[in-house]
Amino acid sequence: MLGYTLRRVAGTVPVLFMVSLLIFALVQLAPGDPVDMLVSDEATEEVRLAIRSAWGLDQPIYVQYLTFVKNAVMGDFGQSFRYREPVMDLILERLPASLELAIYSTLVAVAIGLPLGVWAASRPNSLVDTLGSIGGFFGISLPNFWLGILLILLFAGTFNLLPSGGRETWGLNVERVTGFLTIDAIIAGRWDALWDALRHLTLPVIVLGTNMTGIIMQITRASVLENLQEDYVMTARAKGMSGRVVLWRHAFRNALIAVITIIGLEFGTLISGAIIVETVFAWPGIGYLLLQGISFRDFPLITGLVLVYTTLFVLINLAIDMIYTVVDPRIRLG
Amino acid sequence: MTEDLLRISDLAVKFRGTPDGALAVKGIDLAIGRGEVVAIVGESGSGKSVTAKSIMRLVEYMGAEIVGGRAALSEKSGGSIDLLTLDETRMQGLRGDRIAMIFQEPMTSLNPVLTIGQQLSEVVVKHRKIGRAEADGIALNALQQVRIPEPERRLRQYPHELSGGMRQRVMIAMAILCKPDLLIADEPTTALDVTVQAEILELLKVIQRETGMAILLITHDMGVVAEIADKVVVMLKGEVVESGEIHAIFNAPKHEYTRRLLDAAPKLQARQEGSDQKERAAETPAAQDKDDANVVLSVRNLVTRFAVRQGMFQRVVANVHAVEGVSFDLREKETLSLVGESGCGKSTTGKSIMRLIRPNGGEVLLQGRNLEGVGASEMIEMRKRIQMVFQDPYASLNPRMSVEQIVAEPLRIHRVGSPSEIRDRVHGLLERVGLTRAQASLYPHQFSGGQRQRICIARALALNPKVIIADEPVSALDVSIQGQILDLLAEIQEEFSISVLFISHDMAVVERVSDRIAVMYLGEIIEIGPRDAVLGSPAHPYTQRLLSAVPIVHPDQRRNRTLGARELRSPIRPPGYVHETPPLKAVGFEHYARMA
Repeated sequence: MLGYTLRRVAGTVPVLFMVSLLIFALVQLAPGDPVDMLVSDEATEEVRLAIRSAWGLDQPIYVQYLTFVKNAVMGDFGQSFRYREPVMDLILERLPASLELAIYSTLVAVAIGLPLGVWAASRPNSLVDTLGSIGGFFGISLPNFWLGILLILLFAGTFNLLPSGGRETWGLNVERVTGFLTIDAIIAGRWDALWDALRHLTLPVIVLGTNMTGIIMQITRASVLENLQEDYVMTARAKGMSGRVVLWRHAFRNALIAVITIIGLEFGTLISGAIIVETVFAWPGIGYLLLQGISFRDFPLITGLVLVYTTLFVLINLAIDMIYTVVDPRIRLG
Repeated sequence: MTEDLLRISDLAVKFRGTPDGALAVKGIDLAIGRGEVVAIVGESGSGKSVTAKSIMRLVEYMGAEIVGGRAALSEKSGGSIDLLTLDETRMQGLRGDRIAMIFQEPMTSLNPVLTIGQQLSEVVVKHRKIGRAEADGIALNALQQVRIPEPERRLRQYPHELSGGMRQRVMIAMAILCKPDLLIADEPTTALDVTVQAEILELLKVIQRETGMAILLITHDMGVVAEIADKVVVMLKGEVVESGEIHAIFNAPKHEYTRRLLDAAPKLQARQEGSDQKERAAETPAAQDKDDANVVLSVRNLVTRFAVRQGMFQRVVANVHAVEGVSFDLREKETLSLVGESGCGKSTTGKSIMRLIRPNGGEVLLQGRNLEGVGASEMIEMRKRIQMVFQDPYASLNPRMSVEQIVAEPLRIHRVGSPSEIRDRVHGLLERVGLTRAQASLYPHQFSGGQRQRICIARALALNPKVIIADEPVSALDVSIQGQILDLLAEIQEEFSISVLFISHDMAVVERVSDRIAVMYLGEIIEIGPRDAVLGSPAHPYTQRLLSAVPIVHPDQRRNRTLGARELRSPIRPPGYVHETPPLKAVGFEHYARMA
């Protein structure tokens, strides 16, 4: 198991290398000169040249790339053009915000979608199933930005119950330990800060979670229904097992394998797909950061973020493979 | 006569969504006495399995409903309860306790994500209301009773770690945990190899004797019935056509359908009396003198191994020696059968000859031409002369092609004739295999299994091959259909002078079609010879074991067999293993066997 993990992690190195090459090439091919972003419009040609050489932009492209790779290996993605700060610091500062959002959304989606899916599967074509399916389709089809704006209008505007954006109310001053505000608040014993963080999380989590709930519900339903047709379910019934035991202990355990795959994939898209939601809710995460980076042609920032996304995806997939071995004894890693 | 344990009267079952008149089971009557073994015999669609699952009320989970009848199960206290009107909760209390069931497919009938121990003890916990530890003890006892080696270890294992025979033993253990009055066994040995089938049947007999439970056995195989049953019920299309005491059924079958089923059972023991359809091989040795001229296909020292890879660099850690030093000649118009149990390499041999799998060594000579050196274009030419018919007619026809397209495809690939000539040839072929011209435009799903296999045969015939390799061509078919397909194969073999390499595990079929038989074990041919010699006086111990495992023809011939489960021997060897295949020794006229 340990050997397998190490091999998988080692296997990500060439992937990251290819991705960095691709991103570097794409950024170079994009129109526009980054120097325009670094200097004012009135700058003289001398100033522009000085800036160009200071940032290493006068070097041949392959030198720029090799320098980038050399630094990246040491955990240095260079300076952000826009923020004039190390890219790594920027990302590390904002990553917990995105992860916190994605994790809570996934938890909510699983907590609602999984039982609903099993419930629908246990009574196919019943009222529960039909309503669940319709709701699930709504969840999958509602556009994030629209739902987000609608919820802001309703709950932040009309009812004034929840904050319309951001992660926390300014001035609470909770000590940062993990970067997850809910956890930091608990560590510090600041219940007011915990309540504040949860209130900020509510709307974006609902928006992100709605889509995922729908997908998890549909997949769970289909997978449980399929497993209920299996021979071993008939065996379980012939043993006198009650409907509940047949459903949860026998069919659901097997259905979980397909569901876990989807949860993992969706979790990955949540982290990257949260760009829109983070923008709508002014959530200071890496999605928001990426959007800023793109609009300012902040090449080091974009490259660094894409590499972080790639690494996250690889790690999530690795985690899913590990979970498989727990759920399904037939799967052995090695 | 014993007291009736279960009396079914006028049972009628209907699948939801079918018209009102179309019943799957049409009002049948059936009685099972305490400690009695009753067999329901019939083919697919006869309603035998639906009947069995109706007793357990499991049909309700298969989209069917019981529309009439009674199933009176007698109570220990006297009196009886009607199973068909019991509420679900009380029914759950009976299932697995007083009535237990085992199924056909041991590979899929156990839950893959729970250990054997978990699956066994949940039954006891449910019905006996005791703790896990005590339940584990009862589970262990049951595993010992079904003679599983190392029962303690099995409790912690998962189903995929056990062979098919072992899993069926686990299923039986699961069924006898609560000492049921009635065990319903739905085709319990159909999916198993013949030697394993013999072990499982013996085990069922012994456990039945030990516990005194009644058994309702569902099967299509009269041989299995002869081995174990006290009473027989023959079903056809949802109705009971004949029922009675076993000797009466076997000695004087009244219904024509019963006679047909009896005819389909293997008659290895009865063969000396001469009930043969094919005496050609034995009686005309002149036709098979050592003249190589009539050898159509010659296989020399064929070796096929599959590498088992592991680790980061996919290093070869072992080899599956699927085919080792296999040699034989197939003569003109001859049928040579390759027999053996699953995993013995018989199918791989067929595929290696066709070069669907690339063999690691050896030669295949088709009409004197070595297939080893031929180039790609020439191989296409050679494929014309050697065609294959596969086991599963449901999977080997492209569902999106019409029958005409399917049969014409080889002709098109090999560019034989104009479109109208191809059409005429396809129609001719379809008529030859017993289908009509009008059926040419239909699609595979519109045909029954037997008809589909006819289509496969027509496709194989399209290019006028010299050799047909038939890989278990009738194993997926009902016995009465099997006969028709085998007759068809024999006819076209005679008509088109085709040699057939017949790959099968089924001794009844092999006995019927073969001129010669080759027995395979762990990748090697261990005995080869004329049919009557191999079946009548088998020389190799494995052949003897294989033949003695074939179910008997008549209940009078019952005998005791070995009971213990054998671990399967594996053809997996470490890399670099030098496989010795010593030559076979002559033990009779053209009869060779591996002798120690």
